[in-house]
Amino acid sequence: MAENDYRLRCMRQMLRIRLVEETIAERYAEQEMRCPVHLSVGQEATAVGVCDVLQSEDRVFSSHRSHAHYLAKGGNLNAMMAEIYGKRDGCIGGRGGSMHLMDPEAGMMASIPIVASSIPLATGTALSDKFDGNGKVTVSFLGDACLEEGVFHESANFARLRGLPVVYVCENNLYSVYTNLADRQPERPLTDVAKAHALESRHVDGNDLDAVREAASWAVETSRTGTPTFLLLDTYRWREHCGPNFDNHIGYRTEEEFQTWRVRDPLERYRKQLEEAGVLSAGSYAELERTLQAEVDAAFTFAINSPLPEPNEARAHVYA
Amino acid sequence: MSMPEPASAAGAPVINMGTAIRDGLLEAARRDPSVIFFGEGVEDPGALFGTLKDIGKHIGHDRMIEMPIAENGLIGVAIGAALAGKRSVVTLQRVEFALLALEQILNNAAKMHYVSRGNHKVPLVLRMIVGRGWGQGPEHSQSLEAIFAHVPGLKVIMPAFAEDAKGMVTAAVEDDNPVVVIEHRWSHYTTSAVAEGYVHRPLDGPRTVRQGDGLTIVATSYMTLEAVRAADGLAEAGYPVEVLDLRVVRPLNLDPIVESVARTGRLLTVDTGFRMFGIGAEIASEVTSRCFDLLEAAPVRMGLPDHPTPSSRGLVRGFYPDAARIARTAGEMMGLEEATISQVEEKILADRGDVPIDVPDPFFKGPF
Repeated sequence: MAENDYRLRCMRQMLRIRLVEETIAERYAEQEMRCPVHLSVGQEATAVGVCDVLQSEDRVFSSHRSHAHYLAKGGNLNAMMAEIYGKRDGCIGGRGGSMHLMDPEAGMMASIPIVASSIPLATGTALSDKFDGNGKVTVSFLGDACLEEGVFHESANFARLRGLPVVYVCENNLYSVYTNLADRQPERPLTDVAKAHALESRHVDGNDLDAVREAASWAVETSRTGTPTFLLLDTYRWREHCGPNFDNHIGYRTEEEFQTWRVRDPLERYRKQLEEAGVLSAGSYAELERTLQAEVDAAFTFAINSPLPEPNEARAHVYA
Repeated sequence: MSMPEPASAAGAPVINMGTAIRDGLLEAARRDPSVIFFGEGVEDPGALFGTLKDIGKHIGHDRMIEMPIAENGLIGVAIGAALAGKRSVVTLQRVEFALLALEQILNNAAKMHYVSRGNHKVPLVLRMIVGRGWGQGPEHSQSLEAIFAHVPGLKVIMPAFAEDAKGMVTAAVEDDNPVVVIEHRWSHYTTSAVAEGYVHRPLDGPRTVRQGDGLTIVATSYMTLEAVRAADGLAEAGYPVEVLDLRVVRPLNLDPIVESVARTGRLLTVDTGFRMFGIGAEIASEVTSRCFDLLEAAPVRMGLPDHPTPSSRGLVRGFYPDAARIARTAGEMMGLEEATISQVEEKILADRGDVPIDVPDPFFKGPF
C-alpha cells in the first residue's frame, strides 16, 4: 500500500507539473508573462522522482529550467505563477521571474540561471549542514552542459574531499540551447566524470519514474551518511530551449529524434503502468486531471489578479 | 608624524595591522561559533601573512577550511554555507585570485539577499590582499576595489590603520552582508596602539585624520599614510589641509566629504588603484554635482597611470602617487608659491632618504 501511495503521489505530481507548463505554453502568447520561460515538459520524472525521496527540510538548488524542481519540492504554485507574471505576490515579488524560483520554507533554496553557478552553493549548504550534524541533504540539479564548467569539478572535488551530504543530479537532455552534447563533449560515459572525482554514481533512464526514484533513494541515503553521489538521468526537452513552442523544424534536431523521445513520455508511461497494475483507473485519472487543472487555472487567476509591484519596491533588500 | 587613532586604550600594546586583523578575526570567531574560515593555506606556517595565525588552536581546527585551488567553487561554497547560517570568512593571498571567482561574487554573493526578497542573507567576508612592492608585477599587485564597488549588494572596506582595521574586520564578520575587505600589504606592517579584546568599528564611512582649511584630500588605504605625510609637510610650512581616510568605499558616505569640500573649496583624491574609472572619479563627480558652486578649483584625482604595474623597480619609478607628489599637487591646487612647494617636497624626499622604492618606507611603520 505504501508503494501504491508513492506511485499515485508521483503520478499526481508529474501530471500537475505537466498541466502547469502546458498552460504556460498556451497562455504565453497573451504577453502577460513577460519573462523568459524554460519549460521542462518531457522531463517531469527526474524532478519528481528525486524530490519524492527528500524530506521537506532537505534542500534543492536549481537552474534556469526550474519550474519542475520548484513544484516537485513543494514550492507554492500561486507564488510561482505570480512570479512569472511579474506580480507582487510572486515568490520573490517579481524580482527574478521564471529563472529565479525559490521557496526556502519548502527547502527550494534558489534557482540560478548561470550555468553551473548553483552547484557550489549546494555544496556550501551541505558543508554547513554537515557542521551542524542535522542530517539534511542538498540536491544540486544540473544539466549536461554543467559538466563542461570548471565549477562543477571544483565543487565535486571538495564535496568528496570533505564527505558532504550532497547529490549532484545531472539531467542529460542532450542539448545546451541548440548544441548537441556530441558537439560539446567527447564521447565517454558522463558518469566517468563523476568517477574521476571519486563520486559514486548511478545511471538510469530519466523518463522512468520508478527507476529515477529508486536511484535517488540510494543517492540521497548514501550522501546523507557522508558520501556525495552523482545521478545521471537521461531525458529530453520537448519544447524549445526558451519559450513555449516546438522547434524541431529549425534544423538543430530531427523530428525523428523528437518522436523517439515523445513515445517515452514519462507521464504517459507511468499512467499506463499504474493502470496495468490496477492502481489507477481511466476514470480516476480523468478526475485527477480535472481537479489539478482547476487548481492550475486558479493559480493563473491568482497571478493575474495580483497587483504589479511599485517601482520603489525595486530598491528594497539590496542590503540586509 | 603622529597618527590620530581614536579610542586606543591607554597603554595598549603596539602591534601591526596584520596582527590587529588577526586579533579582530579571532575575537569575532570566539564570540560566534558560526564563524568559519576558508583560505588556500588557511593554517599553513605562513597562515595568510600571519593574519590567521593560531586561530585554529583557539577555536578548533574544524572551523579552518583548507581551500583546494578553486577560487570560484570555494567562494561559492562559502556563500552556500552563509546561506545555511554560517559566517564565512575567505582570505585570498592576492586580490587577483578573486578574479577567478567574480561569477560567484558578483552574481550570487551580491544578489542573493535582493533576489530572495530578503529571505536569504549572505554573511560573508572576502579578504583580498594587495601585494604592492618588491617586484610583484602586473598580476600580483593590483588594487581592484573599483570592480567590487561597482556592484550593488557588496560592501567594500579598506582599512588603513591597525586599530581601525581590527574593529572593521570584526564589524565585517558581524555584518549580514557580503563584505569585501581590501587589505594593502604595506598597511599590514604599520603599527599602532591597539586595544585588547573586542573592538568594533561601525562601517560608517570616512574619518578625518588631519584637519585644515586649505584643501580636502580623500585617500584610500595605504595612500592615506602618504597623504598624511604630505599634509604634515604642508602644515609645517603653514598650509594645513584636511585628510579624510575613506575607509568604506561602498556604501559610499559622501556627506563628510561634501561637508569638508564645502569648507575648503578644493578636492584632491588619492587612490591605491588605477585612476581611470576609479574611486576618485566617483567621488569627484558626486562632489562636483553636489557643491559645484562652492568649489574654488577643479577636483584633481591621483591614482595609478593607465598601464599595468611593471615588476622592475626601475619601471615603477613614478608609478605610485607618493607624499612628495601629493604635496606638490595640493600646493599647486592651493596656488602656493613654487618655492614653498619645492621646500615641502624636498623635505619629504630628504626624510625618506635612500629607502628603496619597492619596499615600504619605514617612516610609515609607526607606531602611529
